[in-house]
Amino acid sequence: MFLIDCPFCGEREQSEFKAGGEAHIIRPKQPTELSDDEWAEYLFMRKNIKGIQFERWNHIHGCRKWFNVVRDTSNDKIKAVYKIDEKPPTN
Amino acid sequence: MKNRYSIFSLIKNAFSYHENWGKAWKDPTPKKEYDAVIVGGGGHGLATAYYLAKKHNMKNIAVVEKGWIGGGNTGRNTTIIRSNYLWDASAGLYNHALKIWEGLSQELNYNVMFSQRGVMNLAHNLQDVRDLKRRTHANRLNGIDAEYLNTKEVKKFCPIINTSPDIRYPVLGGTLQRRAGTARHDAVAWGYARGADEMGVDIIQNCEVKAIKRNGDRVEGIETTKGFIKTYKIGVVAAGHSSVIANMAGLKLPLESKPLQALVSEPVKPVIDTVVMSNAVHAYVSQSDKGELVIGAGTDDYVSYSQKGSHEIVEGTLNAILELYPIFSRMRMLRQWGGIVDICPDASPIVSKTSIKGLYFNCGWGTGGFKATPGSGDLFAHTIANDEPHKLNAAFNLNRFVSGDLVDEHGAAAVAH
Repeated sequence: MFLIDCPFCGEREQSEFKAGGEAHIIRPKQPTELSDDEWAEYLFMRKNIKGIQFERWNHIHGCRKWFNVVRDTSNDKIKAVYKIDEKPPTN
Repeated sequence: MKNRYSIFSLIKNAFSYHENWGKAWKDPTPKKEYDAVIVGGGGHGLATAYYLAKKHNMKNIAVVEKGWIGGGNTGRNTTIIRSNYLWDASAGLYNHALKIWEGLSQELNYNVMFSQRGVMNLAHNLQDVRDLKRRTHANRLNGIDAEYLNTKEVKKFCPIINTSPDIRYPVLGGTLQRRAGTARHDAVAWGYARGADEMGVDIIQNCEVKAIKRNGDRVEGIETTKGFIKTYKIGVVAAGHSSVIANMAGLKLPLESKPLQALVSEPVKPVIDTVVMSNAVHAYVSQSDKGELVIGAGTDDYVSYSQKGSHEIVEGTLNAILELYPIFSRMRMLRQWGGIVDICPDASPIVSKTSIKGLYFNCGWGTGGFKATPGSGDLFAHTIANDEPHKLNAAFNLNRFVSGDLVDEHGAAAVAH
């Protein structure tokens, strides 16, 4: 259990949020052109990182908006929070 | 067998106050080279090594474990064993394991305390009823024992369940697999470790894999905290950490690792003599031989390797438990813990070759791997030894995520994943 600092509502308990998985997986621009391998990569393959992970969260019991979080999955410490249209922090 | 356990060895050792029992497995230093190395000393990994040595005559092999054997999910699960899965491929896989469980204590000369006390899955709404009836028929067509019980029969089989029609999720029926049950999880790891050790397998504890050495499209060895080990066959059975190991070889897997929690109560006199699982409210309960209630909760929905889950998951499970079993309302919970489970998009495991020659993965068992331990070890050993899957694990290959031939057991397997 941990707190998440929603960029719209402020700090709330994690139970108010829904995890949306790995961030920055971009939907292919031309899906009809994809090979089966590329579809598998887009749909199923995940980095599943132990350490610093970029991920999406939705404040479902609050503003219901999507945003991105940088979290250390080895200890659940959140490093940064940024809006869905912002670039991920580089440091 | 040099140290056969029996009533006679027990009496003999009683005379020396049980102080002279031999070690069940050695503590070897790693050799420079092995014919195969298994990464991960849990139940599945040790079983793999055991069957590689026993059935495929591969004796020059090692199991490397970063902690101590059986210290991961093998020692953290709720020990439920059943094979009542919906699809043919899963039914074949899990029933293969159940058949081995039935003779395992004798085979290993180690009491794994396999207890066929039955597993009951409850239905709480009309869709549950339809799904469970469908699964009962599917199970029977696959030769798996399954019965559908109405509410009265559920109450008769497990009298402490609240079957009142006016609770939030009333019990409308359930399925029963009488051959299902529980086993002692630590004993499974220890039994396989002892058996494998006796056939010459090196079990190397406190040895963490740091890197996998590749030469083009094949593996050549592993770099560990105890030095480099040369090998051309690596079987990875690392559960929640499978993606971490895959990453070392430059491979990506369709897995997400999440915390799954369980808890036990204070010990009480026998009160529930079976295992009851409830899909809709996600609560399952059984009673250990010590008398503790063993309760399984659900997974958190975010990726985490922290081995601790959220409090509200436990709270939700206990709410459901209390409504179904009002008799437990004043029991105190003694311990709670989390394990990291690796979940596949279709909630079925991967027991497979990979695109890298000599690298094999046995992972993705998610929330229900313990029940499959013997079967998983047997089939993975077959896959490693022959470089080809056995027909029972052929469907559980990595390529199914490309071909789309998924084994979708989400929900259908009688428990929500």
